Amino acid sequence: MSREAYQVPVMAPTPGRDAFQAAGEGPAINYLCGDCNSKVPLKKGDPIRCKECGHRVLYKERTKRMVQFEAR
Amino acid sequence: MAPLPLRAQNPSEAELDARKIVGVNAETVTNVTSTDFPHHYPGEDHTWDKSKFEETFKVQFHLNSPLVASFSLIGIDASVANAFRRILLAEVPTLAIEYCFVNNNTSIIQDEVLAARLGLVPLKGGKQGLLEFLKWFPKPEEDTTGEEQFAKAYDYNTISLSLRVECTRNNNASKGETDPRKLYHNAHVYAKDIQFKPFGRQSNYFNGEYVIAPTNPDILIAKLRPGQCIDVDMHAIKGVGSDHAKFSPVATASYRLMPAITITKPILGNDAEKFARCFPEGVIALETVTRKEAAQKGSGYEGHEGEKKAVVRDPARDTVSRECLRHEEFNGKVKLGRVRDHFIFSVESVGQWDSDEMFLEAIKILKSKCERLKGNLLKRA
Repeated sequence: MSREAYQVPVMAPTPGRDAFQAAGEGPAINYLCGDCNSKVPLKKGDPIRCKECGHRVLYKERTKRMVQFEAR
Repeated sequence: MAPLPLRAQNPSEAELDARKIVGVNAETVTNVTSTDFPHHYPGEDHTWDKSKFEETFKVQFHLNSPLVASFSLIGIDASVANAFRRILLAEVPTLAIEYCFVNNNTSIIQDEVLAARLGLVPLKGGKQGLLEFLKWFPKPEEDTTGEEQFAKAYDYNTISLSLRVECTRNNNASKGETDPRKLYHNAHVYAKDIQFKPFGRQSNYFNGEYVIAPTNPDILIAKLRPGQCIDVDMHAIKGVGSDHAKFSPVATASYRLMPAITITKPILGNDAEKFARCFPEGVIALETVTRKEAAQKGSGYEGHEGEKKAVVRDPARDTVSRECLRHEEFNGKVKLGRVRDHFIFSVESVGQWDSDEMFLEAIKILKSKCERLKGNLLKRA
């Protein structure tokens, strides 16, 4: 039995980008403002905009996972 | 074929000395290779002999401080002297950071660049612990991943270090301050911020003044601005310079041959002063011609009593720039050269080992290599 075998999706299909949902669903994810570097929690459907300064460029936070390097 | 005629008498002392000189002329270098091996000179025995070597070999120390040592090895072949130099550079083991685990790094310096910089920071620690307690860390196979890679990391082969710095605003800074080091806390990350985290038996060997720490505390690793932070765990292991330059215990280890300056005809008066200026300071000294020398027929000093003459005082300080060979007035009066079996070593340590003990370590390594070779040869015989 291959693990990669196709599995029929059980859940209802998630709405795509076009399906505009009401804000307030799902967890808030923190982004960083490209201008003032403040944390901007965004939920699905929120306008991409900094709450402090109104800047429209937001960055993802760095991964919380450890990254391993060889020092050479 | 008739046998080669054997030379009856042994070569004179003067000839033996002359054989040791590499001639340095204005545009050529002569007599480069050593010739003290069997069958080169007919009738002379040049087989290598231990007791003869012990008699003629000399070591002279010129300078011996922890970070710099300068000494002469006299009466040794270039191949052996060069072997010591190469072992110093590439085979004396030292401790250096090898693995970096970046938990967080929001500084402008990228993770991999930061890791490479951390690897190059020279470390120091208790010498007994580094030499006797610390063993080699077995490198994991290429394809091992995750935790398995460090399954063999124990207290006797891995030194754990960490660097945890966060930059914040300094509220006590005076108004109009522009120096970021005063304006912020931890604006600059230095090597001294690296913390040693002993585990297992390590605290028995590396405690108090013997703790593992960077030799140079003020190496700048990164610069931060408020809100940025660096959080890295590191593993330092023992390695050799042939693997990576960060494991090399020396800043540099080099040798040069002892310069030989021979004044064949007297250089007097203003010429002597000009001659002295052709060399670095202290190489040539000026002396006055004594009455006795002036009275000697054929010495070249006749009628020059009281004048200045050039004498060689300290050829070791010469850089062999050959400047004196460019001037016509010294034509045929001076011979430059280098002594082929006089090696002036200069060993500069980066701080983990004292420079003189590092050289002894190099000798030990060459010795163990020779023993290994001997054992293998005996097996073949």
